Amino acid sequence: MKAKIYIKYKEGILDPQGKTVHNALESMDIKDISCVTIGKYIEMDFDNISKESAELITEDSCKKLLANPNTESYTFEIVD
Amino acid sequence: MKFAVIVFPGSNCDHDAYYALNKILGVDVDFVWHKESSLQSADAILIPGGFSYGDYLRTGAIAKYSPIMKEVIDNANKGCPVIGICNGFQILIEAGLLPGALIRNINTKFISKTISLDVVTEKSIFTQNLKKNQIISMPIAHGEGNYQADDDTLKELQDNDCIAFKYSDQFGHNLNGSVDSIAGILNKQKNVLGMMPHPERACEKILGSNDGIGIFKSMIN
Repeated sequence: MKAKIYIKYKEGILDPQGKTVHNALESMDIKDISCVTIGKYIEMDFDNISKESAELITEDSCKKLLANPNTESYTFEIVD
Repeated sequence: MKFAVIVFPGSNCDHDAYYALNKILGVDVDFVWHKESSLQSADAILIPGGFSYGDYLRTGAIAKYSPIMKEVIDNANKGCPVIGICNGFQILIEAGLLPGALIRNINTKFISKTISLDVVTEKSIFTQNLKKNQIISMPIAHGEGNYQADDDTLKELQDNDCIAFKYSDQFGHNLNGSVDSIAGILNKQKNVLGMMPHPERACEKILGSNDGIGIFKSMIN
């Protein structure tokens, strides 16, 4: 079982990396992109635990360490 | 008076801090490895700059869970003076001792240069030897020093006289995008200071400025 965790800046928090990549894409003539956001993707593997336990552990990990509640939001999914 | 300089894997301003405090100012200093669980009766704590844990995940995020940080937080809450410089500031924010967040510089670049700072308050143990509105000079060297806080937090900092330093606008711009040009802040009790500029690198004229001494002398008094 595996947790797939996605972390990104909250709305309103400046994302200079995303903006710079967006500018680079436009300078390459790749058009029609309205916004680029750069975040983090984290995977965590689990040994023989229930899906409910995996969700609790992932939630706890995100709250306490993986995301900064001041600036970042997170979502995750648990997959087999 | 004895300072504890906390050393994390990746700290790289710890020896500069030791040199400034011990060799220039003549204060006793102990290096305290982050795995320790005691501060050995230190009267003040300095969390130095660098790249603790390689800045993995977020700057300061992993260092917050080092064993010594429990002791740092306990001591800070009891009123012990704590100064966090650069990565030390980032760690103090992650540890919840100071509000807000430090994100990537607005121009996405690592900025390493000597800059001017406005002293915003002289009413703290860190700035009592300085004068309000005094301009002081010292280096910055950071990629993530863009201080951000929501409107309520910013107002609280302003109302409680908790902004210690601002980037001086004498060059006409805000270097890294920080809200209200903030370069250093105090907690409400005024015993914790976090700042991005490096006073420990500005303690001898031969290095271009000795304005950093004013901050350490304030603490020693």
